[in-house]
Amino acid sequence: MRREGSPWVGLWAVFFKEMADHLSSARMRLFEVLIFLSALGAVYSSTQTLRQTVGEDPFLLLKVFTAGQDPLPSFVAFLSFFLPLAAIALAFDAVNGEYARHTLSRVLSQPIYRDALLIGKFLAALATLGLVLLALFLLVVGLSLIFLGVPPGGEEVGRALLFLLATLAYTGVWLGVALLFSVLFRNAATSALAAIAVWLFFALFWGIIAQLLAQAVVPYNPFDPESEYRQAQALVAFSRFSPNTLYAEALQALLNPGVRSLGPVLFSQLEGAILGTPLSLGQSLLLAWPQFTALIAITLLLFALAYVLFQRQEVRA
Amino acid sequence: MIVETHNLTKRYGKVVAVEGLHLALEAGEVYGLLGPNGSGKTTTILMLLGLTEPSEGTARVLGLDPARQPLSLKRQVGYLPDSVGFYNDLTAWENLTYTARLNGLPRREAEGRIQEVLERMGLAEVAQRPVGTFSRGMRQRLGLAEVLLKRPKLAILDEPTLGLDPEAAHEFLGLIQGLKAEGITVMLSSHLLHQVQAICDRVGLFHKGRLVLEGRVPELAQQVLGGAYRIHLEAHPAESLRPALQALPGVARVEQVGTELRLEATQDIRPQVAQAVLAAGGELRSLRLEQPSLDEVYTRYFQEVRHAA
Repeated sequence: MRREGSPWVGLWAVFFKEMADHLSSARMRLFEVLIFLSALGAVYSSTQTLRQTVGEDPFLLLKVFTAGQDPLPSFVAFLSFFLPLAAIALAFDAVNGEYARHTLSRVLSQPIYRDALLIGKFLAALATLGLVLLALFLLVVGLSLIFLGVPPGGEEVGRALLFLLATLAYTGVWLGVALLFSVLFRNAATSALAAIAVWLFFALFWGIIAQLLAQAVVPYNPFDPESEYRQAQALVAFSRFSPNTLYAEALQALLNPGVRSLGPVLFSQLEGAILGTPLSLGQSLLLAWPQFTALIAITLLLFALAYVLFQRQEVRA
Repeated sequence: MIVETHNLTKRYGKVVAVEGLHLALEAGEVYGLLGPNGSGKTTTILMLLGLTEPSEGTARVLGLDPARQPLSLKRQVGYLPDSVGFYNDLTAWENLTYTARLNGLPRREAEGRIQEVLERMGLAEVAQRPVGTFSRGMRQRLGLAEVLLKRPKLAILDEPTLGLDPEAAHEFLGLIQGLKAEGITVMLSSHLLHQVQAICDRVGLFHKGRLVLEGRVPELAQQVLGGAYRIHLEAHPAESLRPALQALPGVARVEQVGTELRLEATQDIRPQVAQAVLAAGGELRSLRLEQPSLDEVYTRYFQEVRHAA
């Protein structure tokens, strides 16, 4: 038998309430400070390095995102560090917080399905982070216009927008992780720690583990030069299990038009290529497409898992 | 029938929370689901609301199946959970606005209704204060305001007087009686039997997941205590009066409690008791009739169950 009615009933009520909560929360005030400081830092550090080369580089805006000067990280590096933490900060207590406040049974006794609550919470957090991201992005673009005085071209703007989308997909992954743990653990502190642990695992340790795995699976044989190539390929394959790698690769392709391949390239493959010529936007997008879809797929998978667990959970604490 | 269940059962693994429950609530009555903590009251309520699925049996609430038609059911049923919680940073008004939106009420109508229910619960003055500053009693009243916001046909209240001081509890019970006057069927659960017995038309007593006794309070007393009438008297000399009292028609038993004698009788036989005391040459100092309380019914019932076992 089918259940009656649509799972979307009440979705927007939940969405707007959650979003209002996020926007008026103390977490958001912290984000605002961070946004401002990081935008200033990113523009300052990149313009310092770019001032000399203005006019030589056709993709100046993209360089603003990726160029850093030593103590300060580049804008992109900062984002890949900041956004997972921001996503975790917004969603780690999404569901268990309702239990802790004794509000869950009251909300679920209203004529809505659990679907609406979970989807509403996820979308509200994503929209909030999207807003943060957009603010940050516009600040950086605006400031770099002022500092460098060179307007970006159409293709550059297109690449920058795609970069924004990829970043949102990457944020969604960490939102999914935090949401899943908020369903899994009844204690908000535990779920925050677990989410941060997962993030640390991928940010710091996965690189090492991928290397060890690649060496174990495809041992290097000094008499077989091809084994080195196969090992490099295995390494890339293993490291792509990490959303951080996927995001980094997608950005590489999108923000650097000169990049024509992600992963090991043989000299024979470069035959006839004119090195240094940029790819067109469509080709770069094609290059980043698998990473792009993988990020979205991981997000959906995590959300689905959280959804199933939440549906099976008892309302009583 | 407003609520009808047939063989409703809920198991968590091997633990049986509710077993073979047959309930029937008529429109307009106040029904008390009574019993100690952990006896299956809340689980029953959650099954009626479709918030948890029964392992066996069926339930019909307002003619709807809670598991399959939860939306139209929850539109007409108000629920006040035990230890109800609100969003502490939001004001009372904002909390109710959220509920109104979840119910899909149009804005204009929602505002009118919120104002109305807040006034009715005596919360209009504090409508713009964050709920975090509310006392337990105020939260409970806000919870009832939320129930009324839907204009429900059935209100299910889980432990509505828990944690309230006696005065607040009394006041709150008065508010619940107000619902009955409005024609709303009320189902409430409590483990504080003496508090709710006054407002319940009918009660069902739970024990370890089973509904063991059901009926009107006086009927239950009659059934379990043998005599529904309990007469206390202070008389002198107590010892020698006992046989005379025991011999009176309609007396089930006579007990001595401290300096008092306690009679259980099938009728109000105070005049006969007074006559008997005087006839036996005793001195009568006080004589009063006690209404049996549910607590006693409950305790006595389980004493008997244990003796039987």
